[in-house]
Amino acid sequence: MRTTLDTEWAIAWLQGATEAVAEHRVALSELDRAIGDGDHGENLDRGFSAVAAKLRLDAPETPGAAFKLAAMTLMSTVGGAAGPLYGTAFLRAATAVGDAMELDPVLLAGALTAARDGVVLRGKAEPGDKTMIDAWTPAVDAANSAVAAGADVTAVLAAAAAAAETGAVATDPLIARKGRASYLGERSAGHRDPGAASSALILRAAAEAA
Amino acid sequence: MSVGLVIVSHSEKLAAGVVELAAQMAPAVKIIAAGGTMDAAGETVLGTSLEKIMDALNAAESGEGVLVLTDLGSAVMIAESALEIIGSPATTLLADAPLVEGAVAAAVAAQSGKDLDTVRRAAEEAWQPSMSSGQDPEPEPDPDPEPDPTASAVSGLLPEKASPAETRGPDADAVTAELELINPMGLHARPAATLAGALGAMDVEIDINGVDGKSVMMLMTLGAGCGTTLCVSATGADAQQAVKLVRSEIENGFGEL
Repeated sequence: MRTTLDTEWAIAWLQGATEAVAEHRVALSELDRAIGDGDHGENLDRGFSAVAAKLRLDAPETPGAAFKLAAMTLMSTVGGAAGPLYGTAFLRAATAVGDAMELDPVLLAGALTAARDGVVLRGKAEPGDKTMIDAWTPAVDAANSAVAAGADVTAVLAAAAAAAETGAVATDPLIARKGRASYLGERSAGHRDPGAASSALILRAAAEAA
Repeated sequence: MSVGLVIVSHSEKLAAGVVELAAQMAPAVKIIAAGGTMDAAGETVLGTSLEKIMDALNAAESGEGVLVLTDLGSAVMIAESALEIIGSPATTLLADAPLVEGAVAAAVAAQSGKDLDTVRRAAEEAWQPSMSSGQDPEPEPDPDPEPDPTASAVSGLLPEKASPAETRGPDADAVTAELELINPMGLHARPAATLAGALGAMDVEIDINGVDGKSVMMLMTLGAGCGTTLCVSATGADAQQAVKLVRSEIENGFGEL
């Protein structure tokens, strides 16, 4: 039973997310080519590679500092809509954890909730719009349920990652109502939302780093 | 000093072009481009960059505040993020405005010394010309059942929506003038900016062929060419001075003769 997560975990998460995004770069862009402009994988790969490069130069001293570094770097390098969306997610998570050296389950779930709320506010999307929110919202719900049931941090992250993956798959039949995919209307159905897919990868990386 | 502007675009060239256009009308205003983002090799590619926006916000600030204008979707999101990161100060605002028209209108308002809220309003009101012209029927296909005799007297010279100043109401105190444009290009962008900028700095309500004389965008929508008569009507403390200025500019052909 792991009671808390530390800075080492936050850095390992970001490094793991970088590797996952690099590994799935082509697949994410293929998803995006079907219903968007085909650059989601390249954009995220560029952004997370820059995050990993910054982490090698300057090791953050708290989980919050690591999240803030990721936020600022993603917003400066991703280029597309995923930049401000993931950037805001990490920025809000950084604010939620403050200067804490260790994140317990409550603080962890609070950070995930704040991240999701930031994405909602920035993107103005709702559940069912076929966006990142459709992975983040079930993930946050699962994390909060796990905390309520007395789970440890590892189990909270595992529940969040599994729910995000299920949520991403569940975007397949949806008709997009936000972002460029919404221009396609009904033709967007039958394709997975690339932002939901990358959100699931990133949350899985968080669980694997714990 | 004046309110500064930051132009956020996915394209470095588009941001630079908007700056070039707006700066022509507002030489004293700091207008800073934040276009494109850098790839790993340091090449500028299409996209938006927080870092560029933060640098531009600093460069545009001269103590009177900064207005941010954006192009498409994610540029709005990144600009909102930038404002959140700097603590959403009241001295930095985001305009919900068309990029080109909004930047020009904001630049002219800033040039005439307007405060930040007024500059933002000028940018956001730049939506209106294109909206109203889209809704206005052409006179021929949709004849007015009760034609306004005063309006028909200048038909062909004015857009359908414009009505001469005299018909605006029983305003006996208004200073009025009828002035004919004599410069070959008429009331194009630069003269419109000259008038709107100078009038904007005065204590006056001024109507030119049915539109607000302080609005560069509205003046441009008149499409008033050489030979067009402008009906000017002004009220307020600076009314005499304002009409005198308009007369002087028009009679001098806006310095283009």
